[in-house]
Amino acid sequence: MTAALASAIGEICDGVGRDPTRLLDVARAVQERFRCVSTAATDHIAKELGVPRGDVDGLVSFYAFLSREPKGRVVIRLSDDIIDRLHGFDRVRDAFGRALGIEPGQTTPDGAITLETTSCIGMCDQAPAALVNEVVVTDLSTDRAREIVGDLRDHMEPARLVRTFGDGNNAHDLVRAMVNNNIRAEGPFVLSELQRGEAVSKAIGVSPAEVIRAVKTARLRGRGGAGFPTGMKWEYARNAEPPDGSRRKFVICNADEGEPGTFKDRVILTERADRVLAGMTIAGYAIGAEEGILYLRDEYAYLQRYLEHLIDERRGDGLLGPRILGTDFGFDVRIQMGAGAYICGEETALINSCEGKRGDPRNRPPFPAQSGYLGCPTIVNNPETLCCVTKIIETGPATFCAHGSPASSGTKLLSVSGDCHAPGVYELPFGLTLRALLDRAGAADAAAVQVGGPSGTMVAPDHFDRRIEFDDLATGGAIMVFGPDRDILEIVRGFMDFFVHESCGYCTPCRVGNVILRDRIARIIDDRGEPSDLDELETLSQTIRATSRCGLGQTSPNPVLSTLESFRSAYEQRVEADPDGFRRSFDLASSVCLTVSPDARPSSGGREPSP
Amino acid sequence: MAATSNKPRVATVSLAGCFGCHMSLLDIDERLLDLAELIEFDRSPINDYKSFDGRRCAVGLIEGGCANEENVRVLRDFRTHCDVLVSVGACAINGGIPALRNMVSVEECIDEAYRSGLTVVNPDGILPDDPELPRLLDRVRPCHEVVKIDYHLPGCPPSADTIWNALTALLSGAPPELPYPLIKYD
Ligand SMILES: Cc1cc2nc3c(=O)[nH]c(=O)nc-3n(C[C@H](O)[C@H](O)[C@H](O)COP(=O)(O)O)c2cc1C
Ligand code: SF4
Ligand code: SF4
Repeated sequence: MTAALASAIGEICDGVGRDPTRLLDVARAVQERFRCVSTAATDHIAKELGVPRGDVDGLVSFYAFLSREPKGRVVIRLSDDIIDRLHGFDRVRDAFGRALGIEPGQTTPDGAITLETTSCIGMCDQAPAALVNEVVVTDLSTDRAREIVGDLRDHMEPARLVRTFGDGNNAHDLVRAMVNNNIRAEGPFVLSELQRGEAVSKAIGVSPAEVIRAVKTARLRGRGGAGFPTGMKWEYARNAEPPDGSRRKFVICNADEGEPGTFKDRVILTERADRVLAGMTIAGYAIGAEEGILYLRDEYAYLQRYLEHLIDERRGDGLLGPRILGTDFGFDVRIQMGAGAYICGEETALINSCEGKRGDPRNRPPFPAQSGYLGCPTIVNNPETLCCVTKIIETGPATFCAHGSPASSGTKLLSVSGDCHAPGVYELPFGLTLRALLDRAGAADAAAVQVGGPSGTMVAPDHFDRRIEFDDLATGGAIMVFGPDRDILEIVRGFMDFFVHESCGYCTPCRVGNVILRDRIARIIDDRGEPSDLDELETLSQTIRATSRCGLGQTSPNPVLSTLESFRSAYEQRVEADPDGFRRSFDLASSVCLTVSPDARPSSGGREPSP
Repeated sequence: MAATSNKPRVATVSLAGCFGCHMSLLDIDERLLDLAELIEFDRSPINDYKSFDGRRCAVGLIEGGCANEENVRVLRDFRTHCDVLVSVGACAINGGIPALRNMVSVEECIDEAYRSGLTVVNPDGILPDDPELPRLLDRVRPCHEVVKIDYHLPGCPPSADTIWNALTALLSGAPPELPYPLIKYD
């Protein structure tokens, strides 16, 4: 066994040229083959790649999809986010648990099947959903859960769980997924049909400076959430000098799409990946980079073979490779698979992850455009941003600006989910009101809408006339709709669960503060809150915001702050002061440890002190 | 001490603490005489009174957090009798040293202390079980998790000057003067 392990790891390491920056790929391969990265495996990997053992250990403990203990041959990961919870996650989880005879986090005694829960897998429009190894199963019910377990017991082949394929490329031979695109509004840019090669050939027909000028003229801003002007980012990277002796610069496409409630990149990658690859190539041309990395979240592994195939096709068509369309410009793309960590969507964490490290965010400055992947100038862009670039090059900036609002040009892909009749992806011009969107999605009775995922804003009905654009309701695309029967505080608790789970742990305010926020919300839900809790929630939120290093901690208190503002009565109804000044959250009877003093008398609020 | 005095009453207690905070209070040295002019001690280790007698106290100073049910009872008693409660020192504010046991289960803790610890000699494995002994809480709690606490005086212990400045400010109603060097701890 040890010899087999050693030689397998040797082979895997050879496969990546014994490059220590490919440690994540090595660990993923070992996990896939041996169902864990054991202590012995860790030793071998460290030796083969010549890295400290602690680096391998740290990596394995960081990523959710890597484990030290062996997992089952089939791993069922139930997507646990607020939208799944709205659609019966609890019942489905229990049905799986009962059918398998185990709890989430456990493996069946025969080592066959592991049951786990995981953060949003990007299927909120067809929730509840789960990953069975890399196969996505959607629209789960308790019946379906039992069926899946029965089928797996029968054949242990997740691929055979898919009976009917979804629409579009979901039915492609290399995808074969039951996922549906649910495209509800096909806009003029991102989701529009394309002529392969048009954008790239137009771009390299002009100078890189002109490409950047076009992107600037179109006033394109990043679609990944932060909204940074794309042209400006590219210009920084173009003007940045690679470190001594190197000429390398990099383009990274951020397809980590981990913000719960967001699934539009999934649809882009399924239907318009050609645009994404073209956008990366154009970006490479503009900044002077020859290498690109498409960082694909592990949850979308079912798209990997298809995307690799597209990359190959484009190489065949002369659109990727050493001499693109016969010119001196060369550019190629590799796919980097993630391993289950939301924080890796933050661009500096993403870069660390691409370098085979833990996905901890970096300090800034230096910004990636100055010093990113391997210390070289790097731009990171969202797939949608890259799609917009191709359209700007194809039709010119003026056409792009003709849609949208003055400060927010173009269209936005919105992932709508929750209590609405038509969940799915909408490509609509920036500047539309939330109300207009809700009408289209069949959510007339919405009582609350979370715009921008957990880190965004909870909007109450009297603000439904606010606009979706950078200056008002900015969003990476997630729109979660909640009907009148939903409990706002339960939703907030769900969001805080997410941040607690996904904090990388580097900053104390984020690592500890989010736990306190979540527990305080839970206390209020349990009817043990006091009015002073509301002030404390607010102060602590401000502290976390002000003292966290990266965007996760800086926005994680938003669910609390935004609902304290727009849904304050939901809190006030549930808190009450104790007349004696005792904490309502402290219950003596249940806090006394009964196991260590066997014949102690029962307590009624504590004993008299000894005289 | 004259039981009829109109001076504001101050009560103090050490819950799950080491008495270091009380030592620090005594460290105000000759100002103890000023303090005696200013206040009347209610129940406190300083006068060895064990319980409140029904009169209200202006201020209660709490050292230590809550490790057992007696701590809880006493702290609640303080809340009931005092207008203002101050958590004094790291143990009252955070649980402090006693709260280190929160990392392990109470069972393990007791086992280490009375049975399997390296220096323990206890061949019969007897555990303390006198009904007089208050039962332990599952976790050591800082005081503000048990009752409402009005002020926190950080330090391990807070220095005599810190305690003096804070207490006299409280009694006079003026904002306390706690210059940075007094409350900086690294
Ligand atoms: C915690 C966190 C998670 C993020 N996740 C993503 C993501 O999944 N996809 C994405 O494009 N951007 C994400 N971002 C934003 C990226 O850091 C970065 O701004 C973006 O990829 C830049 O691309 P753009 O300018 O094209 O939007 C995230 C940021 C933070 C702080
Ligand atoms: S804010 Fe949170 S996620 Fe970001 S670096 Fe700090 S601990 Fe990590
Ligand atoms: S804070 Fe320090 S001095 Fe005060 S009781 Fe605790 S350990 Fe002792």
